[in-house]
Amino acid sequence: MKINKDNTGYIFLFAGTLIGVVAIILSFLSTSLAPTIAKNNEIKKQMDLLESIGIESTRTNAKELFKQYIGANPSYVINSKGEPIEGEAFNIDIRTQHRDRALTEADKKFPLFLATKDGQTLYIVPVVGKGLWGPVWGYISLKEDKRTIHGVSYDHLGETPGLGAEIKQKFFTDRYVGEHVADENLNYNEIIVVKDGSGGKPLKVDGITGGTITSKGVEEMVNRTMAIYLNYLKTI
Amino acid sequence: MSEVVEKVKAPSEPLFSKKNRKLVTDPLSDNNPITIQVLGICSALAITVQVEQAVVMSAAVFFVLALGNVVISTLRNLIPGRIRIIVQLVVVASLVIIVNQVLMAYLPDVSAKLSVFVGLIITNCIIMGRFEAFAMANKPWPSFMDAVGNASGYAIILIIVAVVRELLGSGSLFGIPILGSPIPVEGYPNGTGLFDMGYMNNNLMVLPPMALIVVGVIIWIQRGRNKKLIESH
Repeated sequence: MKINKDNTGYIFLFAGTLIGVVAIILSFLSTSLAPTIAKNNEIKKQMDLLESIGIESTRTNAKELFKQYIGANPSYVINSKGEPIEGEAFNIDIRTQHRDRALTEADKKFPLFLATKDGQTLYIVPVVGKGLWGPVWGYISLKEDKRTIHGVSYDHLGETPGLGAEIKQKFFTDRYVGEHVADENLNYNEIIVVKDGSGGKPLKVDGITGGTITSKGVEEMVNRTMAIYLNYLKTI
Repeated sequence: MSEVVEKVKAPSEPLFSKKNRKLVTDPLSDNNPITIQVLGICSALAITVQVEQAVVMSAAVFFVLALGNVVISTLRNLIPGRIRIIVQLVVVASLVIIVNQVLMAYLPDVSAKLSVFVGLIITNCIIMGRFEAFAMANKPWPSFMDAVGNASGYAIILIIVAVVRELLGSGSLFGIPILGSPIPVEGYPNGTGLFDMGYMNNNLMVLPPMALIVVGVIIWIQRGRNKKLIESH
């Protein structure tokens, strides 16, 4: 049988069938893979948290190491004024909160994790901000004095490879290590990203060549978030 | 003695006939999608800062183009001409989403690397170009061969450009510092390797315009050396 492919009815039939088939395949795939993807994301989050306190982990041992270093400690949730509120810290998705424009700063929840490493208590602060193409986020761990950066892990969704995407590389995150987010009385300090090569001096971090907007995004997210958490860190 | 009736099969083309092989070899040089057809330039420009990214992108395009060409070619007699571009777009977009979802579930680390390119694959003109120019008019097997050829031609150029840019722009290949590292370590304030002797990275290499210049140089060399490509006036 010869099909008349220019028949309007046929075009509608074809388009309808195509859409139906594609919709069924995609929704089936999406629902059946959702639990696996959620589990992967959870493990990734644990790996990122571990990385910020300087512990390398793989997808297979992340769960165990997380339990050992972070999971056994209490975790807190605070509001934008630095007051403690109810909630489960690990389940708070700060990236979704950041994306949600309807949410005001006062409604956002800020998780804080505690970790124990080599007998020291470390404070892990999740940060999220805006890069050039999409969100950038990360975890910053503070030493027992609550003001010296112990370790950092950054990540991004779609920054330019070789430029902005370099923020997740060790050479950049290491520049933050040892900086003080606050003075001795836990009054907040600003850490700025510089272009003139003066990084390495106190409160100054070298940016990435060709990745200025991403570097500035990192600067903004660290300073904004630390200002909030220090209100709380002062009280504990 | 019983008579054996021999079935006469219509002579079919062998799978790797000369014509089919040409489908693969042609796009590698004489009809390269990037340098001759000048398709897929946007992705060649965006992701050739590092070799690793170029390889991942090439693999993704290879997969999507091969599968897409076969799907479109199978459906070619059913697709109404007036909505064929939309149908092609739906096929590419669905394939890319399927690939990304499966990777997210089973190879999450590869998926994180690929996430940047999902949009770039869907809009890659090579894919739409091959669907429209080849798969719509040919059988599935030749279409598959055509996809293999074009994806490889694309990959070759992408990787050449990425090698030049990463080596001269960052002094490394696949993230391994070949020329040394510009990041100061103890005892080497200017960095290690060549950088210690005063060598510096060419920052222009890292920026997008350099990709076009490198592609331009490749086209120049190729046109200068390949007699078939020299146009007569």
